[in-house]
Amino acid sequence: MSLKFSLSRWQLFAWVIGVVLVTPLCFLLFESLQGDSDVFSHLWDTVLWDYVRNTLLLILGVCIVSSAIALPLGWITAYCDFPGRKQFEWALMLPLAMPTYIIAYVYTDLFDYAGPIQVALRDWFGWQSPSDYWFFDIRTLPGAIIMIALVLYPYLYLIFKTALREQSFKLVQASQIMGLSPFKSFYRVSMPLARGAIVAGLALISMETMADFATVNYFAVSTLTTAVYDTWLGYYSLTAAAKISGIMLLMLFLALMLERFSRREQAVYERQSGVNSETLYSLKGFYAWLASLFCCAVLFFAFILPVAVLLNYAFAYADQAWNDAFFLYAWQSFKVAAIVCVITIVLSLLVVFYQRIAKQQYPLIPGRLASTGYALPGTVLAIAVLLPLTMFDDRLNIWLEPFGFSPGLLLSGTLFAIIFAYVVRFYAIAHGAVEASFMRISPSLDMASQSMGKSQGQTLTKVHIPLLRRGILTAGLLVFIECMKELPAALLLRPFNFETLATHVFQYVSDEQLELASISALSIVLVGLVPLYLVNRSMEQRS
Amino acid sequence: MKKTLAVLIGLTVAAPALADDAVNIYSFRQPFLIQPILDDFTKQTGIETNVVFAKKGLIERVKREGKHSRADLVLTSNFSDLVQLDELNLTQAINSETVNENVPAKFRDNEGQWIALTKRVRNVYSSKDRMGPLADLSYEDLALPKYKGKLCTRSGKHPYNLGLVASMIAHHGEAQTKQWLEGVKANLARKPQGNDRAQVKAVKEGLCDLALGNSYYFGKMIQDPAQKTWADAVNINFPNQGDRGSHINVSGVVMTKYAKNPENALKLIEFMTDNKAQNMYASVNMEYPVKPGVELSSLVASWGNFTEDSLPLDEISKYHPLALKLIDEVKFDL
Repeated sequence: MSLKFSLSRWQLFAWVIGVVLVTPLCFLLFESLQGDSDVFSHLWDTVLWDYVRNTLLLILGVCIVSSAIALPLGWITAYCDFPGRKQFEWALMLPLAMPTYIIAYVYTDLFDYAGPIQVALRDWFGWQSPSDYWFFDIRTLPGAIIMIALVLYPYLYLIFKTALREQSFKLVQASQIMGLSPFKSFYRVSMPLARGAIVAGLALISMETMADFATVNYFAVSTLTTAVYDTWLGYYSLTAAAKISGIMLLMLFLALMLERFSRREQAVYERQSGVNSETLYSLKGFYAWLASLFCCAVLFFAFILPVAVLLNYAFAYADQAWNDAFFLYAWQSFKVAAIVCVITIVLSLLVVFYQRIAKQQYPLIPGRLASTGYALPGTVLAIAVLLPLTMFDDRLNIWLEPFGFSPGLLLSGTLFAIIFAYVVRFYAIAHGAVEASFMRISPSLDMASQSMGKSQGQTLTKVHIPLLRRGILTAGLLVFIECMKELPAALLLRPFNFETLATHVFQYVSDEQLELASISALSIVLVGLVPLYLVNRSMEQRS
Repeated sequence: MKKTLAVLIGLTVAAPALADDAVNIYSFRQPFLIQPILDDFTKQTGIETNVVFAKKGLIERVKREGKHSRADLVLTSNFSDLVQLDELNLTQAINSETVNENVPAKFRDNEGQWIALTKRVRNVYSSKDRMGPLADLSYEDLALPKYKGKLCTRSGKHPYNLGLVASMIAHHGEAQTKQWLEGVKANLARKPQGNDRAQVKAVKEGLCDLALGNSYYFGKMIQDPAQKTWADAVNINFPNQGDRGSHINVSGVVMTKYAKNPENALKLIEFMTDNKAQNMYASVNMEYPVKPGVELSSLVASWGNFTEDSLPLDEISKYHPLALKLIDEVKFDL
């Protein structure tokens, strides 16, 4: 009896979370049913297929390039010893703190026809005009793919590396004894074992890519996100915009379902609960240098170079770029990020725990529902959040009117709106990281806990959470940094005079004057480094 | 735990303390462009102002907030937003002798639902070395085969270009405008990208010889030491001086339907249309003031007088969706 009760309690938690977080999306989809299909059929006849193709190519490209960067990096830092490994292991996460639109801006400035590199080449070789030579064009689809992958690969790297670290060495050692080369062992043992983690990482990357507008817009690549904004702001049709958002979500949903179906009968659990701190291979000579060089190159292009350019601007424009209110902006950013961080982690723990213990059908649905917000472009999400919140506020005012109360815009006019939007948007990240960690805990531990008379709540707090420590830290780190960087939702939903570092940067970036925003842009990176350092230290201490 | 929760909730829903008599503004224009004028207003009247700036979605926000919205004014950077606010019935009439005296009738709505504050011209820049000044150029000429591979522009879907295309439809009709757009696309030196400044930079570097761009960017580039060399490489031309005149766009303001503070909001609008603020728009932002007789910045004045297209803005604005449709049909940005 008591089991039944408690089960339904967890079920209630999970479903309430799922339903609340999917509410904005439902309002938006409801909006899409309000008729007027003219705009949509016009798009269908003209540019929609170009957009769909660009979107798919972009996502595919970003997934391939970030895998090519993140998987080898994750494997060598988890299993191999080479010069600088300890430092690289955390430094390779640094690009996370870099907003995509900033890296896009910096690289365009460098590699553009009018940028210093091409100008120098022209001076050097005496070329006169663009017809005299060939140089890759950065403002293209491939350019956008590389930019986005440089910033997003750390998701995959982090989740994959954590998975490898928690994997049992015994299997890899066994594969070695059976004569597999390190490469084959990586391909045939580590990769399949970490498949869930890889998919989780790539799913995050895909969703983030799909939602990106700033970068593709700057690179003049038209994607479905472009179509969403065109229809909404150009044709004044939120309906058609909502429809296109619906298509995007459907694509994503199908992809995730397909993946889940393809490994329906696999489950991988860890027998050991500890973490491997020693390494398997000790690289020497050429291979050691190759490994270090690879890490260096990624780090240089994804982080050091853009930061150097920003620093350069910051010094050159110091008097114009400095603003006395910086500390206030930084504090506002920090406050919002920290609150959202705590909320998403608690919610994702509840939902993933329910998935684990559920005996009912469809245990995955609440988590899937709650995760959909991540793929919506920021401004569209902001509108989607406004729909239910303003409706609630309106109702509330009507109800309270007879009592002489008029709370005004209690939810939509305050920080609540931003925080809610962030939770809707970034829940998926926390869920992905926590779920990946949870899947590796053997169910036998749950049984043991249960047989010792512990309740499910006690199992969660006493057994699972300590084992999930890394997953939780990873989730917290990712969500925090994302919140620091997030722009469109904060911009549109903020109360009067509320400025974060990101919104401050945007007023200049929107005018293509990054020079004047260089100091705030650097601060975003800097504040993002704090949790990175703390999380890394905390992970080190344990191992 | 409960305490923490209470603090969290308190932090999030604590309404920001705004002075009762302050004017609250939703602005599509960057704060650094309007803050000097707002500061001056506060200095003169003692009335505070509060701003939310965003590039997209503010109209939707006002609409959804309905009668509880705290915004008194919306500042826009182009006329299609002004007309859109009016059409969605989110505005109230601005009845003020001062405003009517300051702003010529063609730059405000008949009923005062919106007021334009500044004008900007859609200019064509030409390379000093390779083109020279083009006094007789028209927008129509940009589709001529002789300019093949010589033209640069930002995205066709940017409001400034949409406004231009809409004005072409208003003058020439849909079919002819589509043909024109195809011609312009065929003349592009590269896929539309970057902002208006980036086009001038591309001319300087020799990537193209002609570029579309708003007038004030030219002034701003001349003032910026790093960008002066770009501006120095081009001539600024005012198209269609031989016939209907150059296309102009406006920035402007509306008072929201449910403004909580209409008296002070009106004071701010009056202030913005008056000499002092109009002069600041001219000297700081290099825009053309709407109030006749306000002195231009000496730099802007040096570009000479010009004729502006006299077609009313709401005539042009109604072709906006059609303009976007044509741009999609010719795949201008792809």
